[in-house]
Amino acid sequence: MGVRGLNMDTVIKVENLTKRFGNFTAVDNISFEVKRGEIFGFLGANGAGKTTAMRMLCGLSIPTEGKGTVAGYDIFKQPELIKKSIGYMSQKFSMYEDLKVWENLELFGGIYGMNDKVIKQKTDELMIKLNFEDERDKLVKSLPLGFKQKLAFSVSIFHQPQVVFLDEPTGGVDPITRRRFWEMIYDATAQGITVFVTTHYMDEAEYCDRVSIMVDGRIEALDSPDNLKKQFNAKNMDEVFQQLARKAKRVDN
Amino acid sequence: MKQLLSFIRKEFHHIFRDKATVMILLLMPIIQIILFGFALSQEVKNTKVVVLSTTSDEATRRIINRIDASEYFDVVGTVHNSDEIDAAFRDGKAKLAMIFEDHFSENLKHTGKSHIQLIADATDPNAANSFMFYASNIITNYQQDISQPQSGGGMIVPEVKMLYNPQMKSAFNFVPGVLGMIMILICAMMTSIAIVREKEMGTMEILLVSPMKPMYTILSKISPYFVLSVINFATIMLLSVFVLKVPIAGSFISLFIVSLLYIFVALALGLLISTVTNSQLAAMMISGMGLMIPVMLLSGMIFPIENMPAFLRFISNFVPARWYIDAVKTIMIKGLGLGAVLKDVGVLVLMGTVLVTISLKKFKVRLE
Repeated sequence: MGVRGLNMDTVIKVENLTKRFGNFTAVDNISFEVKRGEIFGFLGANGAGKTTAMRMLCGLSIPTEGKGTVAGYDIFKQPELIKKSIGYMSQKFSMYEDLKVWENLELFGGIYGMNDKVIKQKTDELMIKLNFEDERDKLVKSLPLGFKQKLAFSVSIFHQPQVVFLDEPTGGVDPITRRRFWEMIYDATAQGITVFVTTHYMDEAEYCDRVSIMVDGRIEALDSPDNLKKQFNAKNMDEVFQQLARKAKRVDN
Repeated sequence: MKQLLSFIRKEFHHIFRDKATVMILLLMPIIQIILFGFALSQEVKNTKVVVLSTTSDEATRRIINRIDASEYFDVVGTVHNSDEIDAAFRDGKAKLAMIFEDHFSENLKHTGKSHIQLIADATDPNAANSFMFYASNIITNYQQDISQPQSGGGMIVPEVKMLYNPQMKSAFNFVPGVLGMIMILICAMMTSIAIVREKEMGTMEILLVSPMKPMYTILSKISPYFVLSVINFATIMLLSVFVLKVPIAGSFISLFIVSLLYIFVALALGLLISTVTNSQLAAMMISGMGLMIPVMLLSGMIFPIENMPAFLRFISNFVPARWYIDAVKTIMIKGLGLGAVLKDVGVLVLMGTVLVTISLKKFKVRLE
């Protein structure tokens, strides 16, 4: 895996990042760092600015102010290089439903410039690992949601990105399926992939190495789940979140 | 390149796995040609005629025979008074009534003058005009046949020649029209829906965060529709030549070049629509209302542009199909070369360039 960043151990570094839409400041002067191999939880109520912040990191949206690097590349000047080094899975479960399982893998492998041999080999490995061999030739739309999410995650890290961005990846599935999904996430970090994940399930927040909580476009708290619980004198992440979210002035959209 | 190829393959999968859509896309030109060719024919054939004649003489019989023998008319019966004519019109038994004056033949012989009254059901004014014209022609012809060339009598006989379409087949008019419509439907409508579908499904986001170049996304999105359009072009050409017997008078190559140009404009339109809308339904509405209706009504396909009020005539300049249909008519029907359609080609090139520029710009903005 090619590591091209200036600082080997910092995969995402953001300083004073701001995004405004007209008079509305969606993301207000946020700064943080994410270390290699870390699972970084990005929490916030709807409308707090999570998605906008994440879009800036992925090169989908240009920040109004501030600076930042992802995988060692500048988010203003090198979005195309960032795109090659990251994976992305969105909250809208997004794979091609009318393609077969292996065709989706082949397509995304092709988009990320992998050669046919590697694609084929990795597809074989993945099918065995996920116990998906029977589903290989099925159309994605015929699979249950839990399967699709696993597959979508596998697709997002198929090209061995440095960071993978997961935008509420486990929406709509039960806690057991969520737990299995997180096993895959741990597995990815073991391969050296950094995970940046937004969620609104507080049980998931507990699984992260560090968690940041956004309120009204600002990061109000950032630490490990244990430290946050101490800091806010709370039993669990849900209480931490509730205490912070209460301060929100923006109306939920 | 590999990126592009994997993506194009995916696009073909999308379309060909959706059997219903493929069938519609490939059968549509056939159905339209058949509809326009046979069902919606504007040609006047077998118009039902009733005759009112008090004296059955030679001239009357001859004229009636000629009318009946023509493919345009079908003499369905004789009536005896104006009430019966009324009834025939009301019941839809006749579209045309011919009333010969009393002693028609005798009057003609002795005074050189006789009257036939033609009464038409003008509910459909175009059709009424056409068959009135045919009926008068038949009567005039008869008159010319029986009149002796008189010295000094002075008779002017207009010789009418219908250029390019001597049999007055409406197929000559609607084949270019159907071409113009199908291409817009497939290229613009289907392309815009296909792109918007990716937005709706959320896969567009995945593409935008991937290193996939936007140009590649666009190219691969339009390539299957380009192929489909070429297939449809071929289908329509084959049907028109072999089924409707509309020959390609000019060069097929020129026709093909102009069609490629039009496909390009239509694809660019589809692209533009996809950049301004976010739902498949909206894309369909915009292409339906915004493209289909102008193509049908303002392109000269159904209604002659010359007859439109100035305002609509002005609007029709912005309908690509108008220029394409004109070019197709010139090449296919009149048999002229590319040189004769330079204006049409120029306008289409201009439209295509403007549309592509705007939509590429807009498409990029969405990335950032």
